Amino acid sequence: MSDQIDLAVATTRDLNGALHGLPPDTNRTLWRVLNPRGQHALAVGVDAPIRVEIAGHAGYYCAGMNGGATVVVEGNAGNGVAENMMAGRVEVRGDASAAAGATAHGGLLVIHGNASARCGISMKGVDIVVGGSVGHMSAFMAQAGTLTVLGDAGDSLGDSIYEAQLFVRGSVASLGADCVEKEMRDTHRTALAARLQAAGFDGVDAGSFRRYGSARRLYHFHVDNAGNY
Amino acid sequence: MCGIVGLFLKHPGLEHELGGHLAAMLATMRDRGPDSAGFAVFGRDDGTVKITVRGPGLSALAARLELDADLRDTHAVLHVPASRMEEVRTALASDPAVTIVGEGQRMELYKEVGLPADVAARFGLSAMAGTHGIGHTRMATESAVTTNGAHPYTTGPDQCLVHNGSLSNHNALRRRLVREGYAFETENDTEVAAAYLSWRMREGDTLEGALHAGLKDLDGFYTFVVGTRTGFAVLRDPVCCKPAVMAETAQWVAFGSEYRALVNLPGIADARVWEPEPARVYAWERAA
Repeated sequence: MSDQIDLAVATTRDLNGALHGLPPDTNRTLWRVLNPRGQHALAVGVDAPIRVEIAGHAGYYCAGMNGGATVVVEGNAGNGVAENMMAGRVEVRGDASAAAGATAHGGLLVIHGNASARCGISMKGVDIVVGGSVGHMSAFMAQAGTLTVLGDAGDSLGDSIYEAQLFVRGSVASLGADCVEKEMRDTHRTALAARLQAAGFDGVDAGSFRRYGSARRLYHFHVDNAGNY
Repeated sequence: MCGIVGLFLKHPGLEHELGGHLAAMLATMRDRGPDSAGFAVFGRDDGTVKITVRGPGLSALAARLELDADLRDTHAVLHVPASRMEEVRTALASDPAVTIVGEGQRMELYKEVGLPADVAARFGLSAMAGTHGIGHTRMATESAVTTNGAHPYTTGPDQCLVHNGSLSNHNALRRRLVREGYAFETENDTEVAAAYLSWRMREGDTLEGALHAGLKDLDGFYTFVVGTRTGFAVLRDPVCCKPAVMAETAQWVAFGSEYRALVNLPGIADARVWEPEPARVYAWERAA
């Protein structure tokens, strides 16, 4: 038996208020959200270990600050899906707009379609798996976590990256400042295979990816650059 | 911020609904731009040139010039036979209270300060028919909240533009376009973009070609939606600073700053919905 909230009659605040009011041991663990019609801030900041299914396209910041819920968008998601997620799982069946998983600290973000520009910008520990391609400036200033792309990556992948591991199966239009290709070792393949499985991409060969990360040349001020300031 | 919308119909059966859909799209985009709103509708060609004017005493003006006119709130559309264009232009130019908002065989253009739904209602947008239209809801950032500061902007017959973003080289470009013979009503960056596209098309570019040239010459942030007599186009800057969503069915093509603007269009549930790519020109043309 699932709970159902119809956004044709209820407000976003009704939805989020109901989800925030659930205790950690709630037995109301399945919520259907009908008629989302691209509205913003759906199912944000949910701490309870429940499953929220959004029956259509979502607007901005869907499942932002997720604290442990599983949120499934049965369509596209707008800017900043799962931004600042701490834990849990967010799954987008369609495409995601810019800044998917921005600043997220933990959890798993799965996008079945494409993610546009700045996917994983300033990510801080989240695992992001994208079934399609990602746009330009993805993983910009990424600090920790992983970004896995089954398709291609746009320009300036991993620009100004601190840490975080980037795995791309297709082409990379260009690498950003201080982002370099790195050796794919067994330990990476094993961990990547586990993440692909967790994301539902079981049949995908972890060996078909290339790994990118930080050259760590921007960590410290280099006196040769003094003339640039 | 600002919100922009556009709707281009492929199926003539929907033409009587154009204004209604555009009005709903504008009303939803109020959250992105509550200061002012405007829209252009490409309606039927009745053999005259439509000059959209605004100012006081428009009814008397139309009577004095012996022209058919559609009076709508602060604006009026004057239907001018081609043979009388010079005479009417001279008469309008000599009346300092009257501002020409736009002109063309098919384009009518309206803009006013106020909430988008109110602006649309004042001009009766819901009842307007046409093949395509564009609209804008403004949250002013770089110039005052005035009727002149509202979009769409036009600088040529049957050509108009709405813009979300801000251009950084518009002053230099404006000086260049002044040398090419363009006159500017405002300090607004979008008016420069509109004139730029008009200039490119005057020099022989197609709408698509003019937008490609703009990628090189326009610096700054922009998502543009452009309407011409027979065309409709969308372009985003290479950084994709401003949001954009498009949807297409066999019946229509639609643009919205957000998907929310598109949710009431007929058949949206089965439409192809996508985010336009950076620096890529999307253009549609219909038979004239």
